[in-house]
Amino acid sequence: MSAQVQLSDGAVARLRELVDRPPADARYEIGAQIGEGGMGVVYLAHDRELNRDVAVKILRAPVPTDDERMRIVREARILASLEHPGIVPVHDVGTLSDGRLFYVMKHVRGERLDDFARSERSRSELLRLFLQVCDAVAFAHAAGVVHRDLKPQNVMLGAFGEVLVLDWGVAKVHTHSMELLEHNDSVAASENHATVSGTAVGTPGYMAPEQLHGGGDERVDVFGLAGILFFLLTHEHPMANDDQWTRMRDGLPAPLRAICERARSLDPASRYQAVAALAVDVTNYLDALPVAAHKESLFEQLRRLAARHRTALVLVLAYLLMRVALLIFARGQRLV
Amino acid sequence: MSFPATHISLIRRARSGDADIRARAQDALAAVYWAPIYAHVRLSHHQEPADAEDLTQGFFVDALRRDLFARYEPGRARFRTFVRTCVDSYVSNALQAERRQKRGGGATILPLDVVDVEDRLTIEDAAEHDPDVVFHREWARSVFVTALARLRERYEESERQLHLTLFDRYDIQASEQDRPTYAQLAAEYGIAPTQVTNWLAATRRDFRAIVLETIRDLSGSDEEFRDEAKALLGWREE
Repeated sequence: MSAQVQLSDGAVARLRELVDRPPADARYEIGAQIGEGGMGVVYLAHDRELNRDVAVKILRAPVPTDDERMRIVREARILASLEHPGIVPVHDVGTLSDGRLFYVMKHVRGERLDDFARSERSRSELLRLFLQVCDAVAFAHAAGVVHRDLKPQNVMLGAFGEVLVLDWGVAKVHTHSMELLEHNDSVAASENHATVSGTAVGTPGYMAPEQLHGGGDERVDVFGLAGILFFLLTHEHPMANDDQWTRMRDGLPAPLRAICERARSLDPASRYQAVAALAVDVTNYLDALPVAAHKESLFEQLRRLAARHRTALVLVLAYLLMRVALLIFARGQRLV
Repeated sequence: MSFPATHISLIRRARSGDADIRARAQDALAAVYWAPIYAHVRLSHHQEPADAEDLTQGFFVDALRRDLFARYEPGRARFRTFVRTCVDSYVSNALQAERRQKRGGGATILPLDVVDVEDRLTIEDAAEHDPDVVFHREWARSVFVTALARLRERYEESERQLHLTLFDRYDIQASEQDRPTYAQLAAEYGIAPTQVTNWLAATRRDFRAIVLETIRDLSGSDEEFRDEAKALLGWREE
């Protein structure tokens, strides 16, 4: 190195990357960056001990506050407490040699929901995937955990058709559930910090209005799920935009439109009060049953019944047509 | 990375009651800030190279004479913002009064190598870039240059020149395409490839710590330190 170092833009970029890059770890060989969230960066890594690929989420801040350090541990503990096929399992937590905290999770090989949905998919296929997302979120709610940042980018579709909800970094945990997560006082102290301090968490378009003030219960996830449903149906990210809703209304069956609108109500009291209720309505729509969000006209009822009993209706119609044809034929024979 | 509670940043030392400590801290701050300030004067105040160099020198003469850095109040703004505001004020006054001869009185207190900075100020910088972006870019470069100088000093003291050479060859000078392999470096310097791996890992770890220590030195508070570290790593361009 010369005494007066001159650094080109390329050298500065390399040094910046070098400082940002996690150092080598004895067990995990850190590879390429595969994801990024508000709090952490996710790298593909190889677990040398178990000889398998994993995903490692490393705290993003170069100089983290105590609160940020505790939040990543807390996220790992939340994930570890939620054992469900729709929630990515955590294998390990640790500290890199430069002091940055990380946790290790299953490496999900697959496709993000937003990328998947943009390819040619039938509406019913997308709605069935959506129900799997609802299932995972409802499970978390039952365990006292609210995700608070549900969006298509946080849902992965695995190679075996499994649906996984990711990025629980801003999740809110009910106090009674937190007791199960607490291992020491420091983690407890960081619990729900983002909420009690009144900081807004979430993503515009997917974030319920009450989240702007740092508040919200399970119904903020109903709002987020409505955003995902909107995206799956329209391939557009939701915005607080009347034109967008008008365009959407034009292209959707009335029951689906009503489901979306109820789930996206600005007033939490007007929304589905639980994810299960939203899922029931979507299931009913798929099964051509009445949905709670939509009051049907007589014509709509007949059309839905026709759709639901299509096979039987076709058989009956075929039978009737055959009878009529036979009658006409018999009458013709008599006349001859 | 944790820092000892007794760590005193350059900013605080620049406000020290001890004139010697204050002068050394101010010199160190000037070494980091001259290039971003020069670029800022060139782009924001549309000055020709000779005038920008003269104004940059004049600013530091004025700053030292008036103990300007000692007036910084960490709670009110970032140090970088404070410096830029002071430069803007100085340049406006100097240009308005047309006191060019009096700026530095012809004095040269800093060895300004403006040729390199000029080489980096492209047409795009002037036409398209916000001067703030160029200031940030030059500030980041100065932080890395300062950190490398500190690393070099410490490694030379502990006779680890080969560590530095490997770091320079592999991590600084070489792009992804022309980067030598560890085996090539090991063969070239007559050491084992594992030694290259271990030495590079240790040097990178030390360099990261020194970069953060440098930012810490240039920050007036813990919060500013965290923000500046994020800014340096490209989290937020100002």
